[in-house]
Parts: sequence; C-alpha cells; structure tokens
Amino acid sequence: MPTYQLKVNGESKSVDVSEDTPLLWVLRDHLDLVGTKYGCGIAQCGACTVHLDGNAVRSCAMTASQAEGKSITTIEGLSEDGSHPVQEAWKEIDVPQCGYCQSGQIMTASAFLEKNPTPSENEIKSAMHGNICRCASYNRIYKAVETASKNMGS
Amino acid sequence: MSTTKPIEFSRRGFIKTSSLASGGLLIGFNLFNACKPNVAPPIDLSLLDYNDFNAFIKIADNGAVTIFSPNPEVGQGIKTAIPMIIAEELDVAWKNVFVEQAPLDTKNFTRQVAGGSQSLRFGWDALRQTGATARQMLVNAAATKWGVDPSECTTNEGVISNANGETLGYGDVVKEAAMVEIPEKVKLKKPKDYKIIGTDAHNVDIDKIVTGKPLYGMDFKREGMLHACVLRPPAFGQKLDSFDDTAARAISGVVDVVQFDDKIAVLAKDTWTAFKGKNALKAKWKEDKKLESSEDHNDILDGLLDGKEFNTMRADGDIKKAFADADKVLERTYESPFLPHNCMEPMNFFADVSADKVELIGPIQTPERTAKSIADILERDEADVSLEMTRIGGGFGRRLIGDYAIEAAQVSNITKKPIKLVYTREDDMEGGIYRMAIKYRFKAAVKNGEITGYHLKEASFNSNMYGLIPHFFPAGAVENYQVDVANYKSDISTGPWRAPYTNFLASAEQSFFSELAELMEVDQVQLHLDMLQKVKGTTDDRIQYSPERLENVIKVAVEKSGWGKKEEGVYQGFAGYYCHNSHVAEVADVVIENETPVVKKITCVVDCGIVVNPMGALNQLEGGAIDGVGHAMYGDLAFKDGKPLSNNFDTFRLIRMKEAPLVECHFIENEYSPTGLGEPALPPAAGAVANAMKAATGKRIYGQPFTKNPELLTLPKKEILG
Repeated sequence: MPTYQLKVNGESKSVDVSEDTPLLWVLRDHLDLVGTKYGCGIAQCGACTVHLDGNAVRSCAMTASQAEGKSITTIEGLSEDGSHPVQEAWKEIDVPQCGYCQSGQIMTASAFLEKNPTPSENEIKSAMHGNICRCASYNRIYKAVETASKNMGS
Repeated sequence: MSTTKPIEFSRRGFIKTSSLASGGLLIGFNLFNACKPNVAPPIDLSLLDYNDFNAFIKIADNGAVTIFSPNPEVGQGIKTAIPMIIAEELDVAWKNVFVEQAPLDTKNFTRQVAGGSQSLRFGWDALRQTGATARQMLVNAAATKWGVDPSECTTNEGVISNANGETLGYGDVVKEAAMVEIPEKVKLKKPKDYKIIGTDAHNVDIDKIVTGKPLYGMDFKREGMLHACVLRPPAFGQKLDSFDDTAARAISGVVDVVQFDDKIAVLAKDTWTAFKGKNALKAKWKEDKKLESSEDHNDILDGLLDGKEFNTMRADGDIKKAFADADKVLERTYESPFLPHNCMEPMNFFADVSADKVELIGPIQTPERTAKSIADILERDEADVSLEMTRIGGGFGRRLIGDYAIEAAQVSNITKKPIKLVYTREDDMEGGIYRMAIKYRFKAAVKNGEITGYHLKEASFNSNMYGLIPHFFPAGAVENYQVDVANYKSDISTGPWRAPYTNFLASAEQSFFSELAELMEVDQVQLHLDMLQKVKGTTDDRIQYSPERLENVIKVAVEKSGWGKKEEGVYQGFAGYYCHNSHVAEVADVVIENETPVVKKITCVVDCGIVVNPMGALNQLEGGAIDGVGHAMYGDLAFKDGKPLSNNFDTFRLIRMKEAPLVECHFIENEYSPTGLGEPALPPAAGAVANAMKAATGKRIYGQPFTKNPELLTLPKKEILG
C-alpha cells in the first residue's frame, strides 16, 4: 500500500492506505480523528467537512493523495480548547440536538466566516445550505453563525 | 393531571447500595416495582415513545453528585432533562452535577426501558420522588448525627443545616445515609420554589460535540477489532440464492467473508475496505412471488379504502343516518408515501462474542429488548450479555428496532472476533423499517351549519393506529363518529417513525377541516373552537385531550401569529392538534417568491405542562416543526420491484437551511405535569403549511410530498384586464 504524508492539525502524519481511500476514512480509521463524520459518502450532506488550506471541503469525496502537501484542519484542530468563536457561538446558542452533523456545520461556518466576516442573512443561509441537519436545528445554526460573526468582529 | 397530587410510590420501588467500590451511596428508582398494584405497567414495547424514565444517583464521599441517565440520548435532550428534575428535588446546585450515560445493567437496575403514552407524566413523579428520597435520607442521617429531629433540618445546594446553625455537606453524611431506612413518604417542592426546573440548561455533551470528541457508536474503537459491512437482499421479498466472494477476498485488507441468514458480511481492517469488499461481492437473489412497486401500493391502499373489511376503533352514534340526513357531505382522500428515518449517523454496532461473554456497544433506543433478542438468537444466557449505549446520532424511531445490533452479534458470533458493523448510507436508506405509506379517507356530514357525522378510514401497511389515537379530536366533538382501519401485510418492512401515525394523520385531518370550514363558510379556527365547546365536561375517559387546553393554545396562536390580520402577500394556514399528551397550535406563513409559495414562518404555541428545560424544549419544537414541513414538502421513498428508488441524499431530498422556516415558539405557563416534546410539534406543521399553500395558490394538496405535484405549487394565471 502506498504511504502518504499528511499535515493534519499542524502535525505531520504518515499513513499507509489503499490509494482510493477517502480522506474521511484516513482521518477516522487511521488517525483516530473521529470528529469528522461519515454521513453520505457522496458529498451531499456535509458531515465530513474539513478545511484544506482554509477552504471547506468534503473529506468523503477526496483521497489522501489529493490532500498531500496541503494543510488539513479537522474539528479537533479548529482550536486547542473549543474556544474558536464559532465553537463558542455553538455552545452559547446550544445548537445541537443529536449533534452528529454539528462538527461539519462548524467547519463549514468557520471557513465561511474567515472569508466573509460580516455576511448578510442570505449569504449565511447559502453558505450553510450544503450541510444537512436531520434534527433540523437550522434556526439555531443560523443564529450561531450570526452570533459568531458578531463576536469575531468585536 | 395537577402536580399537587403526585402518584404515590412504594419504597419497594427504590433500590440502594452502599457497596460501591468507590465508596458513597447509589440510589435508584425502579419504575415497574414502584407501580401501585392497580397500575399496569405498559408492556407493548412497540408503543415506546421518546421518553422513558428510570433514574440513578451516586453521591460520593466527597459530596460529588453523579446522575446516571440510563435512557438512551437520541437528541431529544433526555440526558439533560432527567438529571435536572432529580437535581431539583435532591437540592444540589446544577453546576455541581455530573451526568453520565448508564450502561444496560439488568442486575442492578432492571428495566431501563419502559414505555407508553403516559410515561413522561409518570416519569416526572418518579424522578422527583427519587431526588427527594435521596435528599431525605441524607437529612435523616445528618439529624441522627446531630441528635435533632429531621424536621428541624433544611437543605440548600448540597448543604444540610439545623436550627442551631450547624451545617453538614451531603458528602459528610453519605456513609450514614446509605445505612438509613428508605423513607416511605417524602415531601416534594412546590413549582414556585424550583431553582433548576424552568431554567435554561445547555446540552450536557455540548463541549464534546463542538470539539469532535468520540461520543457516537460510529466513533467507537477497540484495539484489534474488524470492520464489517453487510450485503443484504436488494429488494424486499428477495432471498439469497448464491454468491461469489472471490473478488471481495482478493482486496487487500479484507480478512473474511461470512454468510448468515440471507446476508453476507465482509470483514476488513478498516471501514473503507469493508465497504469496498461488500461492493465486490457478486450475489444472485431469488423470489417466489411478485415484488411490490409503488403502483401496487397505491392500488392496495385504494382497494382497502373501497373495501368492506375494517377494524372499527371507535363508533359513536349512527354515522349512516347522519350522512343520509345531511345537507352537505364532504369526502376527501389524503395520501403519503413510505419514508426512511435517515438518521445522520448510519446504523452501526460493536459486538464481541466469545465463549464467556457477549459484549455489545452502540446506539440503541431499546437496550434491554435488544440484549434479550441477541441472547435468544445466540442461545446464550442473558447474564452473559452486556450492552453499553453510546450517544445516538438521531433516532426518529429507527433505533427502537435493534436489527443492526443483532446483525453485529451474529457476525461476531460466527467469526468469534470483535467487530464493528457499519451501514453505508445506501444500506441505511435501503434497509427498511420505514414509516409506512398511508391513505386516509375523511367523510363529514353537515346539517344546519353543524358537523353531524364524521367517518375516518385508515388504509396502511403492516399495522394501524393504536392506543388512544382514535379518540383524539374530533372524537367527542361530533355525535356520530367512526374510525375504521385496515392494513395489508407488505414485504416492505415498517416501524415507528417520529410521532407514529399522527405524523401524517394530523396533516391530512387539519387540511380536511380547512376544506370543511370553506364548505361551511366559517373561519377554520372558529370551527375548531366551536367543536371544542362540545367536548367540555365529557365523561368519556378515552378522551385525554383537554378541550380547555386545546382552546387556549389555539387562542394564543391566533394572537401571536396575527391570524386574519396579516399584511397583503402573507398567506396563513392553521392547525391545532393534540398528541403525545401535549396540546399544540401552529400557524404557517407563506409568501410568494419568484412565483412559488415559500414557507417563511411557523408560529407554534404549546401546552406541555411545566417546561423542565426551556432551552432544550425550544430546540425540540423548532426541529419538530421544520422536520414536519420538510418531510411533507420533499419526503418520498418510491419502490420498483421491491427496490427503493432512493438510497442517498442525492435522490432523497431532506429539508435544508434555505428552505427552513423560522419557528417562533410560545409556551403556555401552568403547573401541569410535563408532557411530550420530541414529537408533538411535528404532526400539525404539515397541516398548517398545506392550508397556507391553499390560501396562497387556491389549490388544495391531497398528497405528500407537496413537491410531487408541482402544478399544485404554482399560482393560477391571473387574467390580465384589458
């Protein structure tokens, strides 16, 4: 099996996996980073969202080789202690119900706010439209992104 | 239903132990043993809803309080709400309480799962009694130490005080408290004295969720375990004929392939390889009868409704005469498709079956029943089986059925290896146990401006409405009233889905009322209120909805939503409903954007008695209402020759951010015992939306999903005046 050198959450990692293994399963099964979730496997639900050089990407739809040489950030590396403004906003608004999709929601929101710190209502809704929450905590996800945006600006 | 007279529990219902390895006191409450002899415990587990209670408290020597929440957390907030109720009566500060998920432990706890429509109300009393009993034992121990009467002692946030101004922390008297008799009667707090109940508490797992800590069954890992993925018959009604696993076994990382029942499991060193191995299997399937398609389902349901074979669930007066004497008769049929649950966390379970034990870990809503099934299937002593529950990434009724845990145990039993069995999303959506397709036919007789007859027929697959549903509104409001049900045994497997039966019944019924109001030329809200007048003072104990409480939520919804007073361009629809012991009224606001009706807002007014955790309760209501709208708008699982035509989120549409309306919730404040919240906001939402769509487009929608007939969602072409 080929060996891949990955930079995950600031650390260099070496993994031996078959070349078709999605980054999602490399993270979950081989690097023990299970905060990145499997939801659909076809880039439709957003539960597996991670940052690749700061961009939100679907880790289920890309291979380890495509991530080589890039900086990968997962929910575990978003902040050291859960204090990223988006995580803080998620706690303040108490967004989760079952919680399974929320790390993907947080990764989408944090990459989005990095590029657009003062979004409009429509921009927030469009940015978060790709992430499914089966519990339908959408009102709170919206509120939390709005709150994070305010807190990041202050 | 008032809180002033709680159900009394015998002290035989409590268990305690002081023999903890870590020291301290463990006190537990067993719902079933505590039942008074004349209270029959609910035994039909298929009637389980989200809210089943038992409770256990551990107080350590250092005074730390751990409350074990033995009931599975599926996102309904139980893991937060149960401990809040106990902590209130135990009288400890919420910030000093640790909450842990208790594993299934039949030896010490027994019956972690109980159920029935009354379970929440019953749990409310039981949980308060548990906290108060533990508190009284601590007080009695302190009083003995001081040589004073317990009645002279008071407590506040984990500290006991006596009249002399002496104080002892709970931890100081834990050893003694473990020795005292369990008190027969304890005093409960008055709602006005609550310090924890009624305040906002954050989800107890929030820090772990937002930092991605392992919480769910999918995240569970055991050194040396294998990953299993299972190939099942692709069509309902098919069986395994033969298979070739050469290609699967050739994949590097595939360890083994085993057959069980009509299924084939591939075991591999990681999840992805197990998925690949499964896809590489070549299987032949066989069937000995015609496989079902959606057209067949449609014909079957129509045949049932047009037929004569019904089970009558309730019959008042003489509906035949009412229809014969009527001035006007309205008859309408409403239909809904099969629906998968689509929990975001696909089904999965860990099993390690060896000669001495059966260890099970994973997301399950019915741990005891599932552990017992597995013991039976593997022909093992129940004492050999242990089951630990993980946090659950969504249930919606799906994880009441433990088929996937059984599969994991079967595979581990064959291979005698620890395995984690994981469904792909496709496995999950094709795997069955769906909400069944249902049709409802309503017929109402109107005479002299009143509804004089009402006939509801249900045609369904595999089972029908149960319990008190036939006695929900408008039962009691119409003199001649009948509910008839029939079902067809389908190969498609079905099971409970969030708010069983009412999830579609409410939508259909509330649309029918709206059309009936149009026929009678009255406001739908007024029609509802007028009908409720007739139920007041009923002596029919099958009628458990309260006309007064339903009337109240409707009136508040009218006020809060601006019913009938909206600005031009906002079209409203109303629904008032009772289920899961809660009363709910919802008003949907629809506007036209780009010539399409869009649901902008749901005003939701709820009477669920005392609200234990408003922050969690609001989350349930918001999610429930949006879930109701989403499935009514988009949810559709069709079949061709026994195969589901959708198997992932590219072909099955779930509601997303831009389509989600704002849900504005209002609670009725009162001191009634708390009732269900995970479900009641869902059923009326689709009805309110359908009625608002009618107001906006002039077209009545009789089938779900609403988007299936796009012409119903377009506006009538306005004549341009020349």
